[in-house]
Amino acid sequence: MRYVIVGSGPAGLSAIESIREVDRDNEVLLVTAEKYVGYSKPLITYLLGKMTEKSKMFYRTEEFLKENDVSILPETKITGLATEDKLLFAENGEKIEYDKLLIATGGRPFISEIEGLKGQDGIFTFTTWEDEEKVENYIKENKIEDAIVLGGGLIGLKTTEALMKLGLKVTIIELSDRILSVTFDRKASEIITRALKKEGCEVITGDTVVRVKGKKRISKITLKSGKEINTQLLIIAIGVKPNVEFLEDSGIDINRGIVVNEKMETSVNDVYAAGDCTEFLDLIDGQRKTIAIWPVAVSQGKVAGYNMVGKDSKYPGGIPMNSVELAGVPTVSVGHTNLIEENGFEVLTFENKDTYKKIVLKDNKIVGAILVNNIDRAGIYTGLILQRIDVSSFKNKLLDENFGFVYLPREFRKMMLEGDVKVWLE
Amino acid sequence: MKRILVREEYCIGCKLCEINCVAAQVGSSNLIKIYRYVPELPEPNLIVEEDEYTTFAIQCRNCDDPMCLKACITGAMHRDSFTGAIRVDKERCVGCWMCVMACPIGVIKRTNDGKKAASKCELCVDRGTPACVENCPNEALVLIEVGE
Ligand SMILES: Cc1cc2nc3c(=O)[nH]c(=O)nc-3n(C[C@H](O)[C@H](O)[C@H](O)COP(=O)(O)OP(=O)(O)OC[C@H]3O[C@@H](n4cnc5c(N)ncnc54)[C@H](O)[C@@H]3O)c2cc1C
Repeated sequence: MRYVIVGSGPAGLSAIESIREVDRDNEVLLVTAEKYVGYSKPLITYLLGKMTEKSKMFYRTEEFLKENDVSILPETKITGLATEDKLLFAENGEKIEYDKLLIATGGRPFISEIEGLKGQDGIFTFTTWEDEEKVENYIKENKIEDAIVLGGGLIGLKTTEALMKLGLKVTIIELSDRILSVTFDRKASEIITRALKKEGCEVITGDTVVRVKGKKRISKITLKSGKEINTQLLIIAIGVKPNVEFLEDSGIDINRGIVVNEKMETSVNDVYAAGDCTEFLDLIDGQRKTIAIWPVAVSQGKVAGYNMVGKDSKYPGGIPMNSVELAGVPTVSVGHTNLIEENGFEVLTFENKDTYKKIVLKDNKIVGAILVNNIDRAGIYTGLILQRIDVSSFKNKLLDENFGFVYLPREFRKMMLEGDVKVWLE
Repeated sequence: MKRILVREEYCIGCKLCEINCVAAQVGSSNLIKIYRYVPELPEPNLIVEEDEYTTFAIQCRNCDDPMCLKACITGAMHRDSFTGAIRVDKERCVGCWMCVMACPIGVIKRTNDGKKAASKCELCVDRGTPACVENCPNEALVLIEVGE
């Protein structure tokens, strides 16, 4: 029996943990396109901004892989899959046999139509450690002092933060009318925008880059509005999409991401998928979608791993959530936060200078929460969302500064404080 | 695996757990000396909640399937293989606060003494018994064995 895992992100690695919990004997082979194995993607902005070090990049270390007796094939990009023969094909010509396969290939950056992109140095996406190395070297070698970040989502903003830490003057360009429009509401976006501007970052909204110019190296960009900006560094961070092209002829059902069931099985026997490359249920709206975040990748990988070794396990679905500190402002967004009262949602807010809290409810259950500046105990809301607790008896306390378990129904509290704490619905 | 049982009907809200938690982090049991002479005391890794007649201390539940572990992007949050306690390697933590967002009990704290890092109850595994449990005069906090 041979388990093959494609992708060494959190989904692949947590699957390995589950497999090894049950089966210590059979072969586990980890195949991955990158040269670094077991590092954490979200840490690349911290590394660029010198907020962490190379030695701390590995979310799971070499020792972990050794202890778990995992064979590794790094720098091996899979380009095809023949499910009938149970064979994977790699770009380097290698053929890899499997008995049980996990696809955990994550996502990759999306690039919009921009004139003149090809053949220019100084233009990067920013989602892998190798990207980080390229950008770091480029800045050093060319003594870069300013940068354009295209895309005001979380990755764009975290990259902005890192560049600012290096002393670069950064301009963010965002197509929608505000940054962080997917994760946060207007108010929260405003607070963060203000904080970024205060630190010297420029924020341009409702605009995008349509053309780049330069001789081998980028020197100028043109915006849709016609505005021109001189720059020698452009980072494109407008989004990621599931990495699934290599499965096109495999017969596996793919919609936007790989279609999986609650056991993380794909439409083909013995092939599982987990993480950013899949689409599965959003617990709040019941829609199938890709929720491309770390905790979802870990949970799905864990469930996939168990099912691969024959231990029954189910993933009920997930919710979006993100925590990020930008320009010194800690923020949390959980669930669905852009919903409005006209559509039958109840919205509670608290505001005091730059502290902002918002709770969105539907039928007396929390479906979303935003916290800006004071994020302490944010997880209580996350728990209430995931467990679908009726909050009617303590709704008026939800925004209290001292909101805590003391206000929750006694039975629920006792279960959380005394019994086996089972918070995930799985 | 150990877990601290919280028995609110026995809690009298004296907060001895809180100050003994701080003392344990400083590494001394002389409360008076600590509170008088240590310049910057750490935050207690537990929270005493109160409302009218209800009061209790709340700290890490050492969950069976902890959300903080799933949310951690650095590997700093880990389960100690020896004791089963969930611990934070503060050197590796970058202060992204994913765990603060994920912990359904809300007991992971943000700290920043020169370096941002998450802080939480680690069941006093280096000390032996949790200081809060040891110093609770009314056995409102009790250490129990759970799981396997
Ligand atoms: C800069 C940045 C910051 C982020 N910050 C956060 C954050 O704060 N919080 C959060 O929740 N999420 C964050 N994310 C998202 C998070 O990193 C992802 O959700 C998570 O990594 C997904 O895990 P995964 O295992 O599904 O895929 P990935 O981590 O993307 O791993 C995919 C793996 O598959 C390999 N691979 C891909 N294609 C092939 C192929 N054809 N053949 C072989 N191997 C292949 C890759 O080399 C890689 O090892 C961030 C992402 C980035 C880029």
